[in-house]
Amino acid sequence: MSLENQQLSNNHKSSTNSHGLSTNRHELILSGLEPLIISQNTNFVNVGERTNVTGSRKFLRLIKEGEYEEALSIALDQVRGGAQILDVNMDEGMLDGKEAMVHFLHLIASEPEICRIPIMIDSSKWEIIEAGLKCIQGKGVVNSISLKAGEEDFVYQAKQILKYGAAVVVMAFDEEGQADSYERRIEICKRSYELLVHHVGFPAHDIIFDPNIFPVATGIEEHQNNALDFFRATLWIKENLPGTHVSGGVSNVSFSFRGNNSVREAMHSAFLYHGIKHGMDMGIVNPAMLEVYDEIPKDLLERVEDVLLNRRDDATERLLDFAETVKGSSKKKIVDLEWRKKSVEERLSHALVKGVIDFIDEDTEEARLKYNVPLSVIEGPLMDGMNVVGDLFGSGKMFLPQVVKSARVMKKSVAYLLPFLEEEKRKNKDTKTRPKVLLATVKGDVHDIGKNIVGVVLSCNNYDIIDMGVMVPAEKIIAKAKEEKVDVIGLSGLITPSLDEMVHFAKEMEHEGLDIPLLIGGATTSRIHTAVKIDPHYKGSVMHVIDASKSVTVVSSLLSEENQLTFHEKVKQEYQELRENYTRKSSDKKYISFFEAKENKLNLDASKRFDTIPQVTGNKVYKNYELATIRKYIDWTPFFSTWMLKGKYPQILDHDVVGVEARKLYNDAQLMLDDIIENKRLEAHAVVGIYPANSLGDDVEIYSKSNSENEPSITFHFLRQQGKKGSGLPNLSLADFVASKESGSADYLGMFAVTTGTGIEKMISQYESEHDDYKIIMVKALADRLAEAFAELMHEKVRKELWGYAKEENHTDEELIKEKYQGIRPAPGYPACPDHTEKQTIFDLLEVEKNTGITLTESFAMYPASSVSGFYFGHPESKYFGLGKIGKDQVEDYALRKGTPVENIEKWLAPNLNYEV
Amino acid sequence: MSTIQEILKKRILVLDGAMGTMIQRYSLEEVDFRNESLEKFTTPLKGNNDLLSITRPTIIKDIHEEYLKAGADIIETNTFSGTSIAQADYGLQEFVYAINYESAKIAKEAAMKYTEITPDKPRFVAGSIGPTNRTASLSPDVNRPGFRAISFDELVVAYKEQVEALIEGGVDILLVETVFDTLNAKAALFAISEVFEKNGSELPIMVSGTITDASGRTLSGQTANAFLISISHMPLLSVGFNCALGAKQLRPHLQTISENAPFFTSAHPNAGLPNEFGEYDETPEVMGNQIEEFLNEGLVNIIGGCCGTNPDHIKVIADLAKKHKPRQKLNS
Repeated sequence: MSLENQQLSNNHKSSTNSHGLSTNRHELILSGLEPLIISQNTNFVNVGERTNVTGSRKFLRLIKEGEYEEALSIALDQVRGGAQILDVNMDEGMLDGKEAMVHFLHLIASEPEICRIPIMIDSSKWEIIEAGLKCIQGKGVVNSISLKAGEEDFVYQAKQILKYGAAVVVMAFDEEGQADSYERRIEICKRSYELLVHHVGFPAHDIIFDPNIFPVATGIEEHQNNALDFFRATLWIKENLPGTHVSGGVSNVSFSFRGNNSVREAMHSAFLYHGIKHGMDMGIVNPAMLEVYDEIPKDLLERVEDVLLNRRDDATERLLDFAETVKGSSKKKIVDLEWRKKSVEERLSHALVKGVIDFIDEDTEEARLKYNVPLSVIEGPLMDGMNVVGDLFGSGKMFLPQVVKSARVMKKSVAYLLPFLEEEKRKNKDTKTRPKVLLATVKGDVHDIGKNIVGVVLSCNNYDIIDMGVMVPAEKIIAKAKEEKVDVIGLSGLITPSLDEMVHFAKEMEHEGLDIPLLIGGATTSRIHTAVKIDPHYKGSVMHVIDASKSVTVVSSLLSEENQLTFHEKVKQEYQELRENYTRKSSDKKYISFFEAKENKLNLDASKRFDTIPQVTGNKVYKNYELATIRKYIDWTPFFSTWMLKGKYPQILDHDVVGVEARKLYNDAQLMLDDIIENKRLEAHAVVGIYPANSLGDDVEIYSKSNSENEPSITFHFLRQQGKKGSGLPNLSLADFVASKESGSADYLGMFAVTTGTGIEKMISQYESEHDDYKIIMVKALADRLAEAFAELMHEKVRKELWGYAKEENHTDEELIKEKYQGIRPAPGYPACPDHTEKQTIFDLLEVEKNTGITLTESFAMYPASSVSGFYFGHPESKYFGLGKIGKDQVEDYALRKGTPVENIEKWLAPNLNYEV
Repeated sequence: MSTIQEILKKRILVLDGAMGTMIQRYSLEEVDFRNESLEKFTTPLKGNNDLLSITRPTIIKDIHEEYLKAGADIIETNTFSGTSIAQADYGLQEFVYAINYESAKIAKEAAMKYTEITPDKPRFVAGSIGPTNRTASLSPDVNRPGFRAISFDELVVAYKEQVEALIEGGVDILLVETVFDTLNAKAALFAISEVFEKNGSELPIMVSGTITDASGRTLSGQTANAFLISISHMPLLSVGFNCALGAKQLRPHLQTISENAPFFTSAHPNAGLPNEFGEYDETPEVMGNQIEEFLNEGLVNIIGGCCGTNPDHIKVIADLAKKHKPRQKLNS
């Protein structure tokens, strides 16, 4: 409440209680970020009215010109001047009132000092009111609804307001027009009350009547009782409509004295004084347009009250005459500017802590002159101020939206200094480009204050900051990092799930083969988590940064050319030690023993027998398969993701953003495919083999025809999940999908290898000589797609013909892509069987090299790259799964089964070990 | 059978503990989050816990039963992220109805089973309605304070879909929880009233906010009392707080609510504050001691656990709840 109002009513007991200790039925309870409780004893509530385009020409101009920042400062002035509720009105013919209302309320919501108080959404248009209600988190006030358009609209609007959760101002207005007499006022208010309270169920204490304040001293006789009728109606409402409140637009009363602020201010104060005495709870008034009641000169007051209370027939004339003698000096708005008298350092600190942007440019300039070097202003008073903000935030004395405002003041100050910083740099002949630091808050997290501060600090220290904002998915950060060739990436997060996202990010960076240093920061992050969970997944430097102040040292050490490598090694070493200490202390309990895992295998023997005898056993070779046929099996979605175009085919071709590029790419791909097929530039070869087989534990024995009955010639070795499962869930091994030896049932296992890469080298070298990187990538991407398509095609052939267990199967291409068929074709090196070395056994049995030309490298990668190999499991229960991590007990058993040293197995299965080697 | 309102006047009811913590115990893999219709879905689905109600319903039911066995009177459906907005992260908007309907059904089955076992202690199912991952009153971009990543109307559409499915699946209560932005909660309440109007019937509604940090405010900046005021236009069954803070840090805010709310009050705090790994590791005993403090003070009517709590915590809490009188509701 403003100073004036406190004095105005100092003979009333003030009891607006910001803590609100009870829920008295007569209280009007509202909220912004903080509560506002208006009880019967509250003397008066001040509604700020300057953010109203119908009442303030300045505000209207600012909104029309889109000067929202300045418009906001008007709102702030109102709050600082003592407004307890902020009235916002955008009803102007030339404005899109709805849009202006929404935008302004959104901006207010980011200014905690303003949105601390409840909002009054002021409009005569229901659609604007409703749009406004959708923007405020607190309980505000609708101003207004009335019976103007009849009961139906009135009741509908009241019901909606009740659902949005707001109090309501009800105008004394009905189908006949605005109430202008005492009788009409009470008649309309009574009818409104009954509809609202008894029909709609609107709480009486959330109803505020506006019984219309009209001008007095207009010279028109009928207007003489305007103020008095208002006062009497107010009294009647308070006595007869229990629980409700009364408000009004006070400045209307002095309409005839426009231009004479001294008289207007006196009239407003006197009107309020009497209104409050009659029970008026709140009024819409510019607090700067109020005189203190006790300070109104006695002669003026007497004349004003004569008019308001219609005490004399010549009251109007007497006041008009007197008004001529009163000088029109307006009051100054009251804002505490005491802090402006302090030192520049204290002023900067004050501006940062309070988020006051008004004087920041002039204070920054003063500091710049004082400190001489612009960077010293940042490192000195500005950082000092931000430290205070940090401390207050840390100790819970400031809250998030305020810190955002502080950061904005900081930004503005730094922006002011920027040209001077550039100038300084030119003088120092610093021609190096600034190192780039990319900052982002990870996917799923909206917290970025720390990140923004880090950004500010680093940019102050001559780093080029690319801030990607909040909720940024890993792939976007990585794409941006590549595009901008950044030197450092900083990840931020505050909520705990962000920790996992950071681990994921590190893995993605590793996957992409990047080695850009990675900084980890944010409230729940820690050095130990970074060391144990993030660092191991990434070859590049990973550093936990405890707070913004450390970021500069860390980044400069990471990028300094002299000790880059040693710093990297030092940190890696340090984190390694942290990890070791940690593992010594902790044990992972989520795994079961290999023995228990085997006990919990999937048992298909008894329940679901699967005994289709294949039409063909042994190897079958397909040379120079028709590429035109393979083409029909292509799944195009991964093709686009190869090209970093995300989206599903065919929808991607019409995508808003990438559609045009996707279409171009697709057309180029079709042209190249036509060329490949017509001119036989690539060759497709395949070999598949189906063999009698039985599982024995986690192995599958193959019985080839050449060998004597039941004598295993070749054995495949599989691994079993060891993660603790929920009840009823088995620990799977691929071997479970093949009938066991002890069951006595005959079963089969298939294998395959296909390639479409033969001939690609010639194409690539041709494109290389033409320096056509686009085509090089294109042909590689297409050959990969063809290989996958070929594998799909062969799998279908196996199901329908060769093994023939699904002869009736009839799937569309799309269903094939979605793998809606019986059986699976997992590949060695992939989640269900991560051991790449098993590929060798397939190659031996199918004589892959002889039959298709595919060879294996020493890492068991296939060459040409556009090749696929794997197993066929036909059982209807077989499905893809991930092995997860396994224990040393299984590794030892597996090594024994394979006849390979344990260390060797540990090397190949490193990512799947649940223990440190 | 007595209504929940009647029971609440007589004793403190116990809400269950964390779903996520329990699911973690199963060490589920990507494959567990898939069934036939999801098998070839390209987006990774691991971590989309709500989906488990469809792909691994027995796990969810087992967890519900563990909590019921531990003494929970009210169990929450596995639908914290069951809006099309939250599921859009996985591209699973089409599954929203199924997630909510199935989750409600599973929980209801479990609750009915235990109601039969202990008829004097009827069990209730609260349909969990999470905050989504967007904020309607904050901009995700500091440089564009006027921008919003989600609108009230979009939230209402998403919440309506969730609420309808939860009700059709048979929940007894609707629980709008972990409210970090009150405007999101108001949209949820708006959606609920529209569904009630359409159905011509109503269910009790619980609202539970989240105080983010030491500032004592919600993420969107409101004080505890302002939060209470902003949602009091609905006739709620209860209002309270969950998540973000442990029992100890929650107490002062609970006092505010207890003093002012014309509804029953609830609290389901985390098992302490997260440790440096983001794990909640307060033991049932330590948590129990702190909860006992506010039971002694008569602050709550409904008590349970959030992040990091498991049936052991709920067992301790349920034993304590038996020994204490419920808070006396203020006259509205």
